[in-house]
Amino acid sequence: MNNKNNNVKAKPFSIFDFFYKYGTILTVIIVVIYFSLTVENWATFSNVTNIFRSVAIVSLIALAITFSLAVNGFDLSAAAIASFSAVIAAKIMIMWDASPVLAIIVPIIVGALIGLINSGLIIKIGISDMLTTLSMMFIVTGVSTTFQGGSAIYNYMPLLDGGIAPGLMPEGFKYIGQGRFLSIPVPVYIMLVVTICVHIFLNRTKYGRYLHMIGGNEEAARLCGIPTKKYRALAYVLSGIIASIAGVILCARLGSGEVDSAGSYLMDAVAAAFIGFSVLGIGKANAFGTLLGALLVGTLVNGLVMMSFPYYAQDIVKGIVLILGLGLTYYKKRS
Amino acid sequence: MGSESGLKMRGISKYFAGVTALENVDFTVNSSEVHALVGANGAGKSTLMKILSGAYQKSEGKVYLGDKELEISSPQEAMEQGIVTVYQEVDVAIVPSLSVAENIMMDHIAINQPSIFMNWKNIKTSAAESLKEVGIDIDLNRLAGELTLAEKQLMVIARAVNQKAKFLILDEPTASLSLEECTTLFTIVKRLSSQGVGVIFISHRLDEIFENCQRITVLKDGRLVGDYNIADETIDSIVEKMLGKKMQNAFPPLSTPQEGVLMKVEHLSGEGGIKDVSFSVNKGEIVGIGGLVGGGKTELLKLLFGVAEVSNGDIYLNENKVVNSSPTAAIRNGFALVPEERRKEGVLVHETIETNITLPTLSNFCNGPFMVRNKINKSSRESIRRAAIKTSSERQYVNNLSGGNQQKVAIAKWLISDADIYLFDEPTKGVDVGSKYEIYSLIIELAKMGKGIVYASCEFDEILNLSNRTYIMYSGKISKPFITKNTNEEELLLYSTGGMK
Repeated sequence: MNNKNNNVKAKPFSIFDFFYKYGTILTVIIVVIYFSLTVENWATFSNVTNIFRSVAIVSLIALAITFSLAVNGFDLSAAAIASFSAVIAAKIMIMWDASPVLAIIVPIIVGALIGLINSGLIIKIGISDMLTTLSMMFIVTGVSTTFQGGSAIYNYMPLLDGGIAPGLMPEGFKYIGQGRFLSIPVPVYIMLVVTICVHIFLNRTKYGRYLHMIGGNEEAARLCGIPTKKYRALAYVLSGIIASIAGVILCARLGSGEVDSAGSYLMDAVAAAFIGFSVLGIGKANAFGTLLGALLVGTLVNGLVMMSFPYYAQDIVKGIVLILGLGLTYYKKRS
Repeated sequence: MGSESGLKMRGISKYFAGVTALENVDFTVNSSEVHALVGANGAGKSTLMKILSGAYQKSEGKVYLGDKELEISSPQEAMEQGIVTVYQEVDVAIVPSLSVAENIMMDHIAINQPSIFMNWKNIKTSAAESLKEVGIDIDLNRLAGELTLAEKQLMVIARAVNQKAKFLILDEPTASLSLEECTTLFTIVKRLSSQGVGVIFISHRLDEIFENCQRITVLKDGRLVGDYNIADETIDSIVEKMLGKKMQNAFPPLSTPQEGVLMKVEHLSGEGGIKDVSFSVNKGEIVGIGGLVGGGKTELLKLLFGVAEVSNGDIYLNENKVVNSSPTAAIRNGFALVPEERRKEGVLVHETIETNITLPTLSNFCNGPFMVRNKINKSSRESIRRAAIKTSSERQYVNNLSGGNQQKVAIAKWLISDADIYLFDEPTKGVDVGSKYEIYSLIIELAKMGKGIVYASCEFDEILNLSNRTYIMYSGKISKPFITKNTNEEELLLYSTGGMK
């Protein structure tokens, strides 16, 4: 009879296994130590909170993508949804002079709906996840720009008829993006709370487990009685909702609804979510990994900027970090 | 050179990250010989063959061709030495979107082709020659993806012939083939061996080994048990060597079914070519569904479980009509399915045993939406014990288990669900003898608890020994019921081949 446990030898210490598990965390630590020692004023409270604040929106978009990755899908439209949400929020307050509460709720509903449309196209028609959401990214970006009339929406903006915008983005709303509580920026709290919620959802609830099982082997999951279509749809809806939250915060942070304001975060968010796979050797989408991935990318960018590293060369560093993270995960899967 | 041109492996050991897969194994195959390689799942057969074919690197030991030492460090090098493998999962070796001719000539196209332009005429003539040499008739222009599994295997063998293979490794080639297809395969194997090819034949089916092989090597737990002449052995003696103990009866004793119909299926038709199928299962009864591959057994079970779409007909459970529109609905109605394709459909190989076992019933282990670890652990350990899964812990990944134990996981997850009807589709496919017995016991235990069991298998042996009543499927239709103890293999085979309507 086969029983592999009979002949398991004492496992030798493997450098690869060590790096597989702790490589990403180690990289973060090394990066932090390196910047603290070499960059003047890097290890200050204001700079560190600055990093966290800059990372907040990227990590929320990355958490949105994490849901789609959990079901072995992909959501390229997350950043576009965030941009659109920011525009909707701004338009509700500034152009329509409506309540800031609506400016938070409506974008989230729209985000959920876009997620639902994504999942419908993926599940009912069978277009691949990446291509569906790529198309959706174009559509949402276009709709968003059309909706805002091609330019940013901001307080006291002049209108075509000669007047100025009737509404105002209140300070209370801007607090979500610009305020500080106990000297720490508010978006950082939101980022941490959402990360914890996503973590609990993915790891501690049956729904999270269903998502991972569907991602692991959809057919096996279906034969276990999991309504796989429903849960795949759920993943995209949750992705849309979290992307919208990111958009609302972005709107508050900028104080305006800019054109494609979150577009530039997409690739950083994708990188963060994939780097997250490698954290602690989990090998699949997970919330804390994603957060750490976003922090790693954010820290690197911040440090490089302070070192006067040319901005156009930063992408090289991001790409290399992404390859290292993915390399660990995929090399492990191969063996 | 004669028999001196044999392929010898000496003192082969292989370690994987601390696990010893092979230890000091010797293996010899001569030209013109059909040599069986057997062992329980996890005995190291596949590992040994992967070393020979260059897919794995040996940790220790030497390989010789005649007197010459070989260094096989890649599949490419193995092929250059004329060592060709046909894997059980034949799909990994073919390009489905290319024609049969291109698939047969793949190595030629990839490596030896002198010109940058495709010489279609040459490719087709040469491929046709190889097919002829193998003695099969497949249209060269068909896409490989359209072939049946058996045809794909024969095509891959033709490709091996085209490569002038001197040694052919067949890794469980008959596991999914029908009787007829097996016969064709063995005719070809005989022809190749008479032409001087040494064939290594891996199989769990000892009867076909005894019919077709000359010598047999037995492995157990990564070690060599011995190398024997088939003529000197019996099936029992080989099983004893494989298990290291005397074989008990191959099947545990059956229980008697209770009175009263548990499930009744009437005039069921639907996806997969199932036509007008009616049958019934009593409480505590094991109903065998026999028939050849392609007869519609798998399709019938998929209809019953809501995987495929029913176009007509009704299912009654305890005289109440049930509609299984999806697996979710089927499970709610008290059905459980252990599917045929274990690794593809039955278990999540990259997850732990615990995750697999509790997945269909996860809501029972939750407090609201939140999973309760204690309940999950406790219940998993209980199921592991009941299903006799051999593992160090419930946290073990299913991938690290042997085939038999993986299958037990696929069954164990339904033990908790308290279903009424258990559908088994070839549950012992690719499972070693010892695990088979445990799986049979588990199924009989379920029957004793009053569950209704539908047991689909193309092994008549299993149907005859494990069912109270049996039906035969032939091209989507079901036969009359047989009282199993009053029938025999001849009669079942006759119905399986459409001999009786």
